[in-house]
Amino acid sequence: MALALVLVFFVAPVDADQGISQKIFYFHVPIALTAYACFGTGAWKALRLLMTAEERYDLESYTAVHQGTIFGALTLVTGSIWAKASWGVWWAWSSNQLVLFLVLFLFYCAYFMLRFSLEPGSRRARSSAVYALFGVVLIPVSFLAIRLANDFIHPTVFTRHGAQMTGWMFTAFCVSWAALLLLAYVMYRVEIIGKQIDANLRELRELLTA
Amino acid sequence: MRVSSGEKYVAAAYAVVLLAVLVWVAIIAAKLARLERETGELTGLVRDSTSRGDG
Repeated sequence: MALALVLVFFVAPVDADQGISQKIFYFHVPIALTAYACFGTGAWKALRLLMTAEERYDLESYTAVHQGTIFGALTLVTGSIWAKASWGVWWAWSSNQLVLFLVLFLFYCAYFMLRFSLEPGSRRARSSAVYALFGVVLIPVSFLAIRLANDFIHPTVFTRHGAQMTGWMFTAFCVSWAALLLLAYVMYRVEIIGKQIDANLRELRELLTA
Repeated sequence: MRVSSGEKYVAAAYAVVLLAVLVWVAIIAAKLARLERETGELTGLVRDSTSRGDG
């Protein structure tokens, strides 16, 4: 993360078009891509749950979706700040890319409403898994929306001709993305381990007080 | 030192990310403190039941 910040602020050149506010790109886009990765992981774990019925995949899927929601919220907040800096508005309903990402985010927020409206057990695990799998369909739609809908507001950096940025900009972007993926992975592992310890302690307490 | 509006927005965006990481660290610290307390309580329960078993 420290290396990413050094590259972003001291090595990568300032964008000729947007000026200093373009620096937000180096965290905003990796955060969005990390959110997609988390939702994709949640869907994969959900599929594994439905295939094997192993309880651990429920926790792993839930945790991945939870992380994805956090990164999704950060995407929307950093994106709004960048929008204000670049376009003078906090949000543009005319942008399909923005609206579709918001729909994706709200869809996964509803995941928690579904999950916690059901009693813990196999029914909750299966229902959550099916919902997480449906959500993953929205990811490529959201990702491709900018290309499909001729969105003239939200910039397209990665095109069929490659990344539209200089070498150091691309390096800074890659390092930032790696740092955020690593952060997401650490958060994911810490949350899972914490929940497993919680469950073990609860079971131990029940055995000792029985 | 004059700060342009672009620089302010960049600082705000990065501050949001930093704040999110700090909040996460604080939540983890609180959770660890709770787990430590519960582990201590359970250790006490085990000691009590062991001493009752010896006595």
